[in-house]
Amino acid sequence: MTHSPALTTAVDRIVGNRALRYSGMVGLLGLVLLASMGLSLRLGSFPTSLHEVGQALFDPQDSEIAFIVWELRLPRILLAVLAGAALAVAGAILQGIVRNPLASPDVIGITSGAAMGAVIFLALFGTTLSVHWLPAAALLGALLSALLMFSLAWKDGITPMRMVLVGIGLSAAAGSVTTLLIVISDDTAAMTAYVWLTGSLYAAQWQDVLGMLPWLLVTVPLCLSQARHLSVMALGDHVARGLGVNVPCCRLLLMGCSVILAGTAVAFAGGLGFVGLIAPHIASRLVGQDFLRRLPVTALVGALIVLHADLLGRVAFLPKDLPAGIFVSGVGAPFFVYLLYRHRDHSR
Amino acid sequence: MLTRRTTRLAGLLAGLVLMATTFAASVMLGTTELPPSAFIATLLHYDPSRVAHIIIVKERLPRAVLAVLVGASLAIAGALMQTLTRNPLASPGILGINAGAMCFVVIAVALLPLHAPADYVWAALLGALVAACLVLMLSRGGGRAGPSSLRVVLAGVAVTAMFVSFSQGLLIIDHQSFESVLYWLAGSVSGRELSIVVPLLPLFGIALLLCMLLVRHANALMLGDDMVTSLGMHVGTIKLLLGLIVILLAGSSVALTGMIGFVGLIVPHMARGLFGVDHRWLLPACALLGACLLLLADVASRFLMPPQDVPVGVMTALIGTPFFIYLARRQQARP
Repeated sequence: MTHSPALTTAVDRIVGNRALRYSGMVGLLGLVLLASMGLSLRLGSFPTSLHEVGQALFDPQDSEIAFIVWELRLPRILLAVLAGAALAVAGAILQGIVRNPLASPDVIGITSGAAMGAVIFLALFGTTLSVHWLPAAALLGALLSALLMFSLAWKDGITPMRMVLVGIGLSAAAGSVTTLLIVISDDTAAMTAYVWLTGSLYAAQWQDVLGMLPWLLVTVPLCLSQARHLSVMALGDHVARGLGVNVPCCRLLLMGCSVILAGTAVAFAGGLGFVGLIAPHIASRLVGQDFLRRLPVTALVGALIVLHADLLGRVAFLPKDLPAGIFVSGVGAPFFVYLLYRHRDHSR
Repeated sequence: MLTRRTTRLAGLLAGLVLMATTFAASVMLGTTELPPSAFIATLLHYDPSRVAHIIIVKERLPRAVLAVLVGASLAIAGALMQTLTRNPLASPGILGINAGAMCFVVIAVALLPLHAPADYVWAALLGALVAACLVLMLSRGGGRAGPSSLRVVLAGVAVTAMFVSFSQGLLIIDHQSFESVLYWLAGSVSGRELSIVVPLLPLFGIALLLCMLLVRHANALMLGDDMVTSLGMHVGTIKLLLGLIVILLAGSSVALTGMIGFVGLIVPHMARGLFGVDHRWLLPACALLGACLLLLADVASRFLMPPQDVPVGVMTALIGTPFFIYLARRQQARP
């Protein structure tokens, strides 16, 4: 094997540059996320200075605002980051499986399944059972709706298109059950459910953060390990099978991960829409199409979106604390329409 | 399928009888059941001191009339949309037209002191127009064969999601209007007076007139744009006018009753199965069957969990979803 030295150095330079650019991008986004988290810790209805926050963080005994920082703001910020990252990764995987840039957990009914589970819980057991069971109900709803979608879309195997269409139908049914329950329950319960549906991180606790973390720790590495198959599957089932990917098995596994990620995010943070749709697109603009490289960036972008939306809802309209979901969709929806417009010439 | 002219006429007549029956059932059945004699007596000489008469005039009759009007409108709008997009899954609900109208109405109600549908029907029409333009713009492409149905449906669902989340956000910020609008978000024909229909009748009249004028053009459009051109008609104008009918019908329906989905999706398929694809028969059949479906859904909604009145939009969604999934499973994947 004789490589021309010039070619080798050129390849080295390109690969090196790309790797460098990529890690630079990840590092930059990580820094921005950390800075935003710091900003979020400082801002709020109770004015605090950076110095006080630092003292409360590292020396809670001597600080007067330790409770605000440790028990009110920090869990909420962490939950925003986790939920945003989970939704974004779920969306990216789903778009990969379905091979359609318009798919997302909210479009194909996973979010509305989770929302239905949660609202059923609020309407039927809202007074008898502790609210800590709400995430379990939501997750159950998400899993059920995904299962139903799979079994109804099955006809000599699954095609992505049937899956999406069946998911849209199920999403409509789940949505109507949710509406029904909201209409028949009393006003305060209805408003609570409605705010929850829009996606709110209000009153997030450490329990929520710790409840969400294990799911992410299991599914995200699993997704990363399967991500290279996704890049191959993007070329079509036949190509992927020819290259030795067990397509149905891989699809099922990734789909399961996506459902769990979206389900937990909705369970703990409510129906935040559009994050799963737009974060993967922003990420692919930043670092390109490759799934393995894109996933971490997608997660960071998703976390940033939800964190900033929550910050805005928390501090921009004091004394009101508006649900983060309003801002996520306020920005996400027009951006998404723009995306649709840009992609209009693609055949799929 | 009914093929001969006489059998089709008989079919339409049967549809009319069915509609009249369900209309009567809608007036008579409910938490208080009323005998047919009370209905006839009310129509002949209304006596405001008798409870039965008041129930019929204030509650049951408006409900039934609204169901007929809105059911027929949505079904015709759905049939025309399916013709326009050549997509069996198209309907005002799926493609976001209803949601657009809804969102604009919520904005109008929140910002301006509006109370009657006649005041905000303009907002609804504008919203329907905006949503229709968005979906049209987003679902273009795909070459000569046109965009795949998946693409169109996804664009519609995305536009729906956008409008619904805007309305949700607005409702959360503006607590006062929440309670009054919520029931209506779900789509409901109850609790409205007959007089709210009157100002909107000209709009329905215009739509009906346009429908009658454009029946043949719609038939030609089904065969392809080339066919329309070769028959000496202008494709763009016809599509624009058909779109205008859809917007008029869907927009005024939403202004009257809120978001009622799936009527526009299911009914055209049923009508096509019975009467074939010729719009001269299809559209009247759609109107009759749509009215029947919404009347039946409304009657059923009274008995689902009494004494609660379930919004009829929930009923139609529950009936419609299995049908949508059936249609989705029948779709052939396009490479």
